[in-house]
Amino acid sequence: MVNVALTEDPAAQVAARAYLVNRIIIYGLLAVFAIIYLLPLAVVIMNSFRPLPEIAANGLINFPRQIQFSAWSDAWSTICINGACEGMKRNFYNSLYMTIPATIISTILGAINGYILSKWRFRGSEVLFTCMVFGVFVPGQIALLPWAFLLGKLGLQNSITGLALVHIIQGLSFTTLFCRNFYISIPDDLIKAARIDGAGFWRIFRKIVLPISPPILIVTVIWQFTGIWNEFLFGVVLTSGKEQPITAALVALSAGETNVRQFDVMSAGVLIGALPPLLIYFLGGKYFVRGLTQGAVK
Amino acid sequence: MATLTIKNVTKSFGVVEVLKGVTLAAEDGEFIALVGPSGCGKSTLLNMIAGLEKISSGEIYIGDRLVNSVQPKDRDIAMVFQSYALYPTMTVRENITFGMESRRVPKAEQNAAVDRVASFLQIEPLLHRKPGQLSGGQRQRVAMGRALVRDPALFLFDEPLSNLDAKLRVEMRTEIKKLHARVGKTMVYVTHDQVEAMTLASRIAVMHAGMLQQFDEPKKVYDEPANIFVAGFMGSPSMNFIEGSITSVGDGAGIEISGINNPLPIPSQKAQHLTAGQRVVVGLRPEHLGRRNFENPSSVGRLQGVVEVVEPTGAESIVVTRVGDKEIIARFEPDAAPTQGSNVELQIDMEKASLFDPKTEQRI
Repeated sequence: MVNVALTEDPAAQVAARAYLVNRIIIYGLLAVFAIIYLLPLAVVIMNSFRPLPEIAANGLINFPRQIQFSAWSDAWSTICINGACEGMKRNFYNSLYMTIPATIISTILGAINGYILSKWRFRGSEVLFTCMVFGVFVPGQIALLPWAFLLGKLGLQNSITGLALVHIIQGLSFTTLFCRNFYISIPDDLIKAARIDGAGFWRIFRKIVLPISPPILIVTVIWQFTGIWNEFLFGVVLTSGKEQPITAALVALSAGETNVRQFDVMSAGVLIGALPPLLIYFLGGKYFVRGLTQGAVK
Repeated sequence: MATLTIKNVTKSFGVVEVLKGVTLAAEDGEFIALVGPSGCGKSTLLNMIAGLEKISSGEIYIGDRLVNSVQPKDRDIAMVFQSYALYPTMTVRENITFGMESRRVPKAEQNAAVDRVASFLQIEPLLHRKPGQLSGGQRQRVAMGRALVRDPALFLFDEPLSNLDAKLRVEMRTEIKKLHARVGKTMVYVTHDQVEAMTLASRIAVMHAGMLQQFDEPKKVYDEPANIFVAGFMGSPSMNFIEGSITSVGDGAGIEISGINNPLPIPSQKAQHLTAGQRVVVGLRPEHLGRRNFENPSSVGRLQGVVEVVEPTGAESIVVTRVGDKEIIARFEPDAAPTQGSNVELQIDMEKASLFDPKTEQRI
């Protein structure tokens, strides 16, 4: 009965109409921007399925007239990059071999760092933490030459292992910052209780701190994985040819040796290179936001 | 068995001295309450007994053993925290067995110990739950279970009831007292609540500004506070303090108070150490101001006041009166309480009054 009375009220009707108009404007604008933002991606996806002659005939930005899948398999296994015609799979695996260990190791080290810097403070630990966080703000280019020098000394030049090492160290600032800020919200009483219960440094870490950690570990893993996978500068400077990660290889692809630009294969290659981070984001995206905003213990 | 001896213990954080030389001793099976306002150093002292904070100087013995540099786990202690400090990802059972796991106690022994403690505290139905699924009172029980299962020489409590609501707090207070009676172990209990300290402790250590103010049985601390701080801290509503000077010495001794006509009489045994003209602070507990029947009328002081506020609590009525320029709080039987705005004669049992030196603030 109350509802009926409300809809018959002219003021309520005006308000309802204003609300509706508002919504339409808001969603309309959102849709426009979403389309603008997604358009390049759509073009790339469509081109990866268009035959090259058709692209040449109808222009880069157009709808597919016929569908072909050969560009994907060409990009994966036969396209020539830097003189070797083995496709991008080698570089794809390079990126995996670099990203997965670097992500895991930098996350574990960050968790241990965060645990120490929040729960086992020592004289100077705050200074140390400040120095580590400073690393977040230092542009990677500054470290480029020192790394090249250091990897050379270590005998890791032009190797995926060397690149992984670089990413582990470069990532520590972020992983430490994330974990430390998360662990700071774990009550100190928990640690005290565990110490009285006879647990030591590692047992407290494994049995009490780590089991609380999944939210922040998901955040650091997503952050590190996408960051390391998408990183380009170190990859292109510190490695060459067969040792390059996929981001560096993609550039080599676009600067191809042939005169004909293989837009279909290049599109497929770009998508192959972008797939893993996208997958990670789709799978863990919601945990990412949740983990960043939520404290350790409710 | 387990006595606790603290000898001249100090603690400094940088230049800030938090504890300035505390000495106290608990006998075996005693229940000691460390009480004081926040920041008085009581929790720091407890953490030092537990081994969670380093001792700057002094000595702590548990039994005959000097434990200054002994790790917390090796001190044979158990501790209950204000926040309960239950491990959030473990079940209640795992919480209770965590310490035994750390010490590699055999599984069968662990199970027997859990069964014993769970039935003792009536938490058997909760054993498979996580702390997040428990109410405040249940968490409190589990925290106590974790302490009890160890069967330690010394129990430490760090404001264990502060996070509970008022009704539950009173219930758990009784539980803790029963627990102490049954277990019979030495316990040290930190609280800022003087009622908890009074009700639970066999002896109370009142702390203030990093120093031990008084260490005695609850009744002594209440009836014969060592100084103005202790007198004001213990008891609610607080003791009334009135400054005055001694009129004469001997049988007719009294305290003259500016703005008040009749001097307050001083019972002769209290007057022995006084000199005429000496300044004193008289401490009067509210419950000693409202009585009507006195055995010894010569030691009854009288103050004329106006009732400003009456606060009935049900069991008693707190009456705020104005005497001269001073506010005096008295306790009355609800039926005998005066009404707001009326004139009232406060009859004071001077036998119960405390006298303090206004300069040193110490009891005379």
